[in-house]
Amino acid sequence: MTSAVSASGTVEPSGTWNRLSIGQKRLIWVWTFLALPVVFYVVIRFYPTVQAFWLSFTDWDLLRPAQFIGIENYTKLYNDPLFWQVFRNTFAYLIIGTPISLVISFAVAYYLDRVRFMHGFIRALYFLPFLTTAAAMAWVWRWFYQPPPIGIINGFLGVTGLPAQPFLRSTEQALPAIMVTAIWAGLGFQIIIFMAGLRAIPQTYYEAARIDGLGEWAILRKITLPLLKPTTVFLVVFSSIGFLRIFDQVYNMTSNDPGGPLNTTKPLVLMIYQTAFSSFNMGYAAAQTVVLFTILLIVSLLQLWVLRTR
Amino acid sequence: MTATAATNTELRLNSASIRPGRVLTWTLLFIGGVLMITPLLFMFSTSLKTAGQVYDLRLIPAAPTFDNYLKVLSDGRFMRWFFNSTLVAVCVTLSNVFFDSLVGYTLAKFQFRGRYLIFIAILSTLMIPTEMLVIPWYLMSAQLGWIDSYWGIMFPGMMTAFGTFLMKQFFETVPDDFLEAARVDGLNEFTIWWKIAMPMVAPAISALAIFTFLGNWTAFFWPLIVTNSRELYTLPVGLSSFAVEQSIQWEMIMTGAALATIPTLLVFLVLQRYIVRGVMLAGLKG
Repeated sequence: MTSAVSASGTVEPSGTWNRLSIGQKRLIWVWTFLALPVVFYVVIRFYPTVQAFWLSFTDWDLLRPAQFIGIENYTKLYNDPLFWQVFRNTFAYLIIGTPISLVISFAVAYYLDRVRFMHGFIRALYFLPFLTTAAAMAWVWRWFYQPPPIGIINGFLGVTGLPAQPFLRSTEQALPAIMVTAIWAGLGFQIIIFMAGLRAIPQTYYEAARIDGLGEWAILRKITLPLLKPTTVFLVVFSSIGFLRIFDQVYNMTSNDPGGPLNTTKPLVLMIYQTAFSSFNMGYAAAQTVVLFTILLIVSLLQLWVLRTR
Repeated sequence: MTATAATNTELRLNSASIRPGRVLTWTLLFIGGVLMITPLLFMFSTSLKTAGQVYDLRLIPAAPTFDNYLKVLSDGRFMRWFFNSTLVAVCVTLSNVFFDSLVGYTLAKFQFRGRYLIFIAILSTLMIPTEMLVIPWYLMSAQLGWIDSYWGIMFPGMMTAFGTFLMKQFFETVPDDFLEAARVDGLNEFTIWWKIAMPMVAPAISALAIFTFLGNWTAFFWPLIVTNSRELYTLPVGLSSFAVEQSIQWEMIMTGAALATIPTLLVFLVLQRYIVRGVMLAGLKG
């Protein structure tokens, strides 16, 4: 006992350290490793989440102290025609964008999987748009959609004798025009994931099916698609969340009148951005973020439910 | 008998694989692929044209010129945005590789009370959309003077739940024997993680690094909110403001867009195999 004391007197840190059991030492290591991350998640993730919920019940413009007003922001939102317009737009992006992008990417992946000749090169062609900056590409597409004689698409329509289209200036065509850009940008990712899923299906299944005399169509329906279900569910959710959170493309393609013309392309995230950082109506914006959170939560829970009843 | 039957089927399948149908498939895929990169081709093509040639539909400019690039680069702003984006993306990537791996490793390889709770808590943050956090982050940044600072752009992304989850999955495949052997040799836990465990999950680390870098290089929403002055803009935000000013000079906008795109294309050409594999890894684990 006395030697331990004198030992700790001479080389104190290592002395105290050496007296700990292996289990205690490991526990100290664990919490040394986790200390900073725990602080990070509490301060940068959990506290702001709680704060966002709380702010959604307040009236706050950053200048005066926040005032608790109960569910007033939510009733205001419910009675706001702009919110319902934005809600419809957001779901238009989701409901049209997700199936189209999935069908195209599956078809490409399905056939690309069989191609040997210059496989890597063709795959790269499809994948490259995924690596670009959405803000930069939005401007490229915006140029494509310009009225004649500037816009490329109208230029080609003119050459073939078809009438020019207003695209981003039309209340009906602007949203689909932006959606094409978003689908184009995400296609490469979805193709790669589908191909990874296809690759994971054992070849023996296909060989057995062919020996049993199943045709290509039957193999696709009875083997490929069922075995690809986890991949498909993942991509449906991933792509849905992407379309529900669309912002970069809309903001950059309509920056003279964000979300225009006449709010027909405005998604929820753009409304949040404008309410918070143009009007500085922080409480009202927070309520909109809570609505977005709820929608995303429902989509995620649906995924869990679909996977469970496999 | 059965063996011969199988070989015959195989032979038939092989001969089937050089049918004209294959050529048609290949051709259609090739045309689709070219269509996919058409926006990029026209972007580069227009960046090499003079203002008067923008309306020319030809893909190859009559008289290609680098004047637009010289003009855009000479006013220095692009260089600054380029530097900002690089600095932010590199710092956030290093932080993620370090912390996500450290936490993933700790959760995968140590038994302690609260382990499951911490894992679930971190994972649960995946449910919270960034859009919901930006208002509190903005207030926090305003109070702490982080608006218009590199730290302000970087702090929300220093660790991610996705990265932690990815790394935990991979560290679980590292055999405990290696770590025990290192402990017997007297290495401390930090050294064991850094020198023994980390090299064993190198593919996962490269996937995480590529993903984090690309994500931060192209990030738009939060940098748009937290920066006010031009000097602090990242490349996407800078380009967006630049394009608004130049809204009639499309050849200048295309040059700016090309400058924002060239680095990622170069990175892709060099790291093609790793990027595709990284996307596959991340997609399958997610």
